[in-house]
Amino acid sequence: MAAGQQWVLVEMVQAFYEAPAYHLILEGILILWIIRLLFSKTYKLQERSDLTEKEKEELIEEWQPEPLVPPVSKDHPSRNYDVVTGPPSHKIIVNGKECINFASFNFLGLLDSERVKLKALSSLKKYGVGTCGPRGFYGTFDVHLELEERLARFMGTEEAIIYSYGFATIASAIPAYSKRGDIIFVDEAACFSIQKGLQASRSFVKHFKHNDMEDLERLLKEQEIEDQKNPRKARVIRRFIVVEGLYINTADVCPLPDLVRLKYRYKVRIFLEESMSFGVLGEHGRGVTEHFGVNIDDIDLISANMENALASIGGFCCGRSFVIDHQRLSGQGYCFSASLPPMLASAAIEALNIMEEDPGIFRLLQDKCKHVHKALQGTPGLKLVGEPLAPALHLQLENSSGSRTEDLKLLRAIVDYSLDRQIALTLARYLDKEERFLPPPSIRVVVTVEQTQEEIQTAAQCIREAALNILKR
Amino acid sequence: MTESAGNKNEDCHAANGVKAGRNGMVKNHHHHHHCQKQEEVYHAACNGELYSRPFIESFEETPMLVAVLTYMGYGILTIFGYLRDFMREWKIEKCHIAREREEQKDFVPLYQDFEDFYTRNLYMRIRDSWNRPICSAPGATFDLIERSSNDYNWTFEYTGRVVKDVINLGSYNYLGFAENTGASATAAGEVTVKFGVGMASTRQEMGNLDRHEELENLVASFLGVESAMAFGMGFATNSMNIPALAGKGCLILSDELNHASLVLGARLSGSTIWVFKHNNMQSLEKLLREAIVHGQPRTRLTWKKILILVEGIYSMEGSIIRLPELIALKKKYKAYLYLDEAHSIGALGPCGRGVVEYFGLDSKDVDVMMGTFTKSFGAAGGYIAGRKDLIDYLRTHSHSAIYATSMSLPVVEQIITCMKCIMGKDGTTIGRSRIQRLAENTVYFRRRLREMGFIIYGNNDSPVVPMMLYMPAKIGAFGREMLKRNIGVVVVGFPATPIIESRARFCISAAHTKEMLDRALDVISEVGDLLQLKYSRHKVLPSLDRTVDEE
Repeated sequence: MAAGQQWVLVEMVQAFYEAPAYHLILEGILILWIIRLLFSKTYKLQERSDLTEKEKEELIEEWQPEPLVPPVSKDHPSRNYDVVTGPPSHKIIVNGKECINFASFNFLGLLDSERVKLKALSSLKKYGVGTCGPRGFYGTFDVHLELEERLARFMGTEEAIIYSYGFATIASAIPAYSKRGDIIFVDEAACFSIQKGLQASRSFVKHFKHNDMEDLERLLKEQEIEDQKNPRKARVIRRFIVVEGLYINTADVCPLPDLVRLKYRYKVRIFLEESMSFGVLGEHGRGVTEHFGVNIDDIDLISANMENALASIGGFCCGRSFVIDHQRLSGQGYCFSASLPPMLASAAIEALNIMEEDPGIFRLLQDKCKHVHKALQGTPGLKLVGEPLAPALHLQLENSSGSRTEDLKLLRAIVDYSLDRQIALTLARYLDKEERFLPPPSIRVVVTVEQTQEEIQTAAQCIREAALNILKR
Repeated sequence: MTESAGNKNEDCHAANGVKAGRNGMVKNHHHHHHCQKQEEVYHAACNGELYSRPFIESFEETPMLVAVLTYMGYGILTIFGYLRDFMREWKIEKCHIAREREEQKDFVPLYQDFEDFYTRNLYMRIRDSWNRPICSAPGATFDLIERSSNDYNWTFEYTGRVVKDVINLGSYNYLGFAENTGASATAAGEVTVKFGVGMASTRQEMGNLDRHEELENLVASFLGVESAMAFGMGFATNSMNIPALAGKGCLILSDELNHASLVLGARLSGSTIWVFKHNNMQSLEKLLREAIVHGQPRTRLTWKKILILVEGIYSMEGSIIRLPELIALKKKYKAYLYLDEAHSIGALGPCGRGVVEYFGLDSKDVDVMMGTFTKSFGAAGGYIAGRKDLIDYLRTHSHSAIYATSMSLPVVEQIITCMKCIMGKDGTTIGRSRIQRLAENTVYFRRRLREMGFIIYGNNDSPVVPMMLYMPAKIGAFGREMLKRNIGVVVVGFPATPIIESRARFCISAAHTKEMLDRALDVISEVGDLLQLKYSRHKVLPSLDRTVDEE
């Protein structure tokens, strides 16, 4: 070993002698510079040594923050709510007038089902109202477990998990799986709770045009090319596609079989949001997977809220245990929030019972949807947005006036006109500044099984009159 | 910001009668990372005119031996965890973990192996301490459904038996309104039959009922503010409304130990977030000065506004926010205060109006008062209260009002009835007596536990009582031993707490009778002796409350 070391030393000394003079001088200067830097004082970048205490006090005195909230003008369209007195059911009393309800998402008419109410009452008598704790700390009741089991059985999946708030369901589910660095492909028309989930997840989000499978495929191909450049990174980045079964903003169905095909081709997982299609589409109301005949195991996660067809409160996710069980420890809205009040869970179970006993109700709903769709076609000045089997349609202005506030005023006038004539409608509400792709202003028309033929005709007639009177000006 | 507290302390006594007169500057709050040999510190904060009552908080230092043993315990568990993973990998041990589908085996794995290490190997061993299902109202006692596991907690079976009348020390039932009989349950029952449970629409569309507006007016009068707004979920109240109040270019100063909903709300808002040390007003002041003097980090523009996020009672520590000092700071530096009273509303203050009343302050000084209805009112949901312009803005811009279904009516009815009861508006003194009983129960319970020799964290008046366990094995053992003796407790470990500071958390309720508390205390003492949990070394240093930030 000593011989080797000596040999290296000899080499070094030789190189030293052989080096040109300027090289040695340069190196010498650099070494001196390093020594100087090592021994000089360090300055913190933040510290401004030119501010005295007095100056700091002055700055503190002078600083004026903005007001906590900007003032809201008196005629802001959403400042004054329509007030409902009495139960929010088929015949609803809005602003003192009894109207026929075309605005609540009460698709299966279960909001005032006697059976559901009695079941909720007996649950209240047993458990009280609140659960006083999250699921982990004595907030798990047997009704929660029963509801989860029933939902899983109804949908044909292994497991289901319940949330106490519909909005929080998909907004907690997405960040539980997708973290910083992962990639999510999402439809442009995704609803606000999905957008919040995406924001909370801190992943890369790529939007594809609404229901445009070619655009999605283009994005997936681009990602594939990126992956080939960096295969090691590609092996750990998770990819997800987030779509809705029935879009709430555009009232049309996603092309699920194409999505499943893309899933296996590009190895992406699918998260399906079925708030509008659960209890609506499919022969037994199981949603868009039943509607298209897709195997439910092909969808990694189905999320829905129980506030539309099930006429209760809360939401659930279902899928394989491998996927769902993870949310029990990392779903924020599940772990850190109180569980669903047991009477609401009992109400949901009874609603499920009704759905299972009478599958004819879905056929009935779909017939009514088609009927309403036909009745509202050809309204002068308004165009109907949505598919014939969608239970929540939009009526948009055919010719926009150019300003959103003006459009909203016109549509509000139509709604007021209808309210006067005892048809309850509502404007579709959005948070203008926060929506990524803000949908055009529209009136929401909701179809429920409780609406009769005459009522539908009256409503269509009323809307036609309103449009004629208000839009022709 | 040091006041001349030295002079003022002549009048103040610490709780156990020791005069705080020595003029030494002692650290007032131990951070978990300090391993100095400082013992328990009692300090009575009578900070001149700011505090009208003694503020007694203590966080006893972890004994050195206990800390070492705890780390060793986790070390052994980790080694065994690796060993078991190895055995599962090589099929020597049966694997119960759910697996990916065959068809999706070549997809990118959904979970990193490392993320789940803690869950598979540590959490699984003591999983039966959590998610215990019950089948009665979560009152002072409940009925627990018995579970058993044949495969070390991977799967559970129900034995079919129900354990009756387990004393409930785990539910957040501070005023005892989680009952299935009584005025609130009757009122909620009537409403259920008349109105149903669902809403199927949002507040801005067709879901705004007159009952909602009545509830909001009642909340506003309860808190003594101009106006209030109610939401369907407490978690969502924070995560949906903080983004409406702060945005890009704003600064959020958030306490170290804030709840996940506050952290999520702050993150979703897009503002810059700076964290100050838990309940430490000097740390907060330092940040405030730096923020105003130096402005935004790189552009040096001034901040648009500064929002301070704090909680009334921190449920993992049992500490109460130092509100008088905080309000003084807030006024001096013109910041806005967002107070999350999830645990303190109904539980503190002579009339149950929360931490503001507890300190005798003016509720108009707090810009945004937030709270939940889940804990003291036995219902579900949250509220935000404050000035009228704030609430008007939230009515038009809150995510919840636009996109989330409005509150269910029986729940609204429950809250209205309970709130009227607390305020005395129903003509009885039930509310008043419950608040008093809660305060008495709290003081009694804490005093007895301390006398027994357990380490208790937090303020003397906080109904949340964290009792330290430290070692991982004791977490599971404590939960199980207590259940054997018919007491239901909540144990918390990592990641909700720092890794060596696992604890059991008791929530006192007004529904607990003295007999129940005595029985519970006897059992806790028994289990404490069995598991050697009486760590406290009870050394008291007379000290001042005011401290110097020793940065």
